Amino acid sequence: MIRTEELLLNVGPQHPSTHGVFRIIVKIDGEVITEATPVMGYLHRGTEKLAENLNFTQIIPYTDRMDYVSAMTNNYVLCHAVEKMMGLEIPERAEFMRLIVMEMQRVASHLVWWGTYLLDIGALSPFLYAFSDRERILGLFNELCGARLTYNYMRVGGVKWDAPDGWIDRVRTFVKDMYNRLDEYHNLVSGNEIFLSRIKGIGQYDAQTAIDYGLSGANLRCTGVQWDLRKAEPYSLYDRFQFDVPVGKNGDCFDRYEIRMAEITQSLRILEQALEQFPGEGETMGKVPRVIRPPAGEIYVRIESPRGEIGCHIVSKGKAEPYRLKFRRPSFVNLQILPKLLVGESMTNLVTILGGIDIVLGEVDC
Amino acid sequence: MSEENNREPEGTPASADPAAESKDTASEAAAPKEPAPSAADEAPAPPPARRVETDEEKAARRKAALEAREAAKAAAAQAAAQAAQAGTEGRAAAKAADGEGGSSEEEQSPKPPSPSQPRLDRVVALLRELVSEDAVEEAYINEANDHLPTIVVKNEHWLKAAQLFRSHEEMNCGYLRNLSGVDYETYMEVVYYPLNMDRRETYCLKVRSDREQPSIDSVTPIWETANWNEREVYDLLGIEFPGHPDLRRIMMPDDWVGHPLRKDYVPLDPEV
Repeated sequence: MIRTEELLLNVGPQHPSTHGVFRIIVKIDGEVITEATPVMGYLHRGTEKLAENLNFTQIIPYTDRMDYVSAMTNNYVLCHAVEKMMGLEIPERAEFMRLIVMEMQRVASHLVWWGTYLLDIGALSPFLYAFSDRERILGLFNELCGARLTYNYMRVGGVKWDAPDGWIDRVRTFVKDMYNRLDEYHNLVSGNEIFLSRIKGIGQYDAQTAIDYGLSGANLRCTGVQWDLRKAEPYSLYDRFQFDVPVGKNGDCFDRYEIRMAEITQSLRILEQALEQFPGEGETMGKVPRVIRPPAGEIYVRIESPRGEIGCHIVSKGKAEPYRLKFRRPSFVNLQILPKLLVGESMTNLVTILGGIDIVLGEVDC
Repeated sequence: MSEENNREPEGTPASADPAAESKDTASEAAAPKEPAPSAADEAPAPPPARRVETDEEKAARRKAALEAREAAKAAAAQAAAQAAQAGTEGRAAAKAADGEGGSSEEEQSPKPPSPSQPRLDRVVALLRELVSEDAVEEAYINEANDHLPTIVVKNEHWLKAAQLFRSHEEMNCGYLRNLSGVDYETYMEVVYYPLNMDRRETYCLKVRSDREQPSIDSVTPIWETANWNEREVYDLLGIEFPGHPDLRRIMMPDDWVGHPLRKDYVPLDPEV
């Protein structure tokens, strides 16, 4: 007679597949997970507390370090919130620069996800493809602002640096090349039988569950809910461009994969149009008071980051520092559904499901 | 490099500004931005011009603000006059106007009728009718934030009010987009942003609690997404959420003393 026993297993906090310092305590019965308890906070730096003693320009570099594979969108949400509170006008050229770098960032972020996700599942080479293309975006960002990851590029009222000579043309070339590379990616991975059997029908949930859990981004759209803040509540210049919001219908890992891949195409489409309409000259910084003091009041501003709805809730008392600054981090909210998805799954699917949610631990812990 | 850029000369007297400005531009010009020598050459010239513009603009803005404030005052008076006849509707408007008295939100939009005002009035009426006559502590429009209807709900009626927002067909907010806690030094407040996805309508709901024993009913049974958010608020601000299925720290270690985001927080070990 075989004696069976429940086993308590710690995955993380140091494990390559948790994409950062994230720990999950799983109870397994044989190969089947019976309970999962996520433990986080290993990367908690107290950004919100630190921000209470910093002025708004000083907080921008901290936002870089939250979702560190998508720093541009984080920069934007803070600057946008402060601008909205102060009622500032942003020069068109500055807004175009912001939009272009945000969409490039979305492509770069999805490439990181694509590469590492396949690495999780066991395919090594896609990672190398993805990172070589992402490298081109980082190179362009480096040219623009001297940093590859933590850009600190945007300011309240505009952007810090204008595009250097020829930069826009180089982005144009990149966009053209990227279309071809995407085809290559699809040839390489999307139809692969082993890959499909690993992710089809895994980590499935329906639209109601997604909404209950407050999921956003591809995690929400994979269930068929058409909700992209760039379309639903347009900000920046997004209402000027033609693009689609890809949605899935099964709510499984495969749909999330397809949506993210389709979103790269849509971002390239937006980039093409933005580069076409890019104003030849103009200011990159609006007229901003020397000391940024948003008037007393409260605001909640949200934008669509590659991971979903990133929000910034500012309570101001008319000082240069925020009275309270809270970030709604999509990774943190999206991760909540993980324990529910894991129960009853086999151990091998743990990494598939976790990777499919697409979290960045810098953002989960803030 | 980033450190230089972040140094905001806060509270510098106006006379000292040109010097500070030129210093800043010098550091900007020196910034290693290799491929654009032309931009670096031009950099020192424009700032004085921009400086003058800022001053002019400042004066203009002040003037505009003054006018706007007067207009808002007039609007408030008008609203108060209406209030005498028009019950709740007028009351809410007047409250909105003097609740933010002197704050610059008025400066930005002097127009009194907000497009969200009817929505706010309907919801306030519903809360009064279906939850309790005194469920609404305060209701106003947050104009800076896209005319967001903001309602302060009485703590003891919160759970019922939240249920109403979730399930009543008028609001039908299935999605809770954000939840944050704020320490206002005299009281604690939790701010909720429920959203109706079909109609794309967001509300701002606030619940206040006493600061010594802060406690607000948990909405996790209503919106599952509140679970970790409430844990975070509990961890960082010390607000209790009765009804929460698993209220424990989420960011700080389990044996941490105190709640870091409270304004009176003193670290146990100052070295940390």
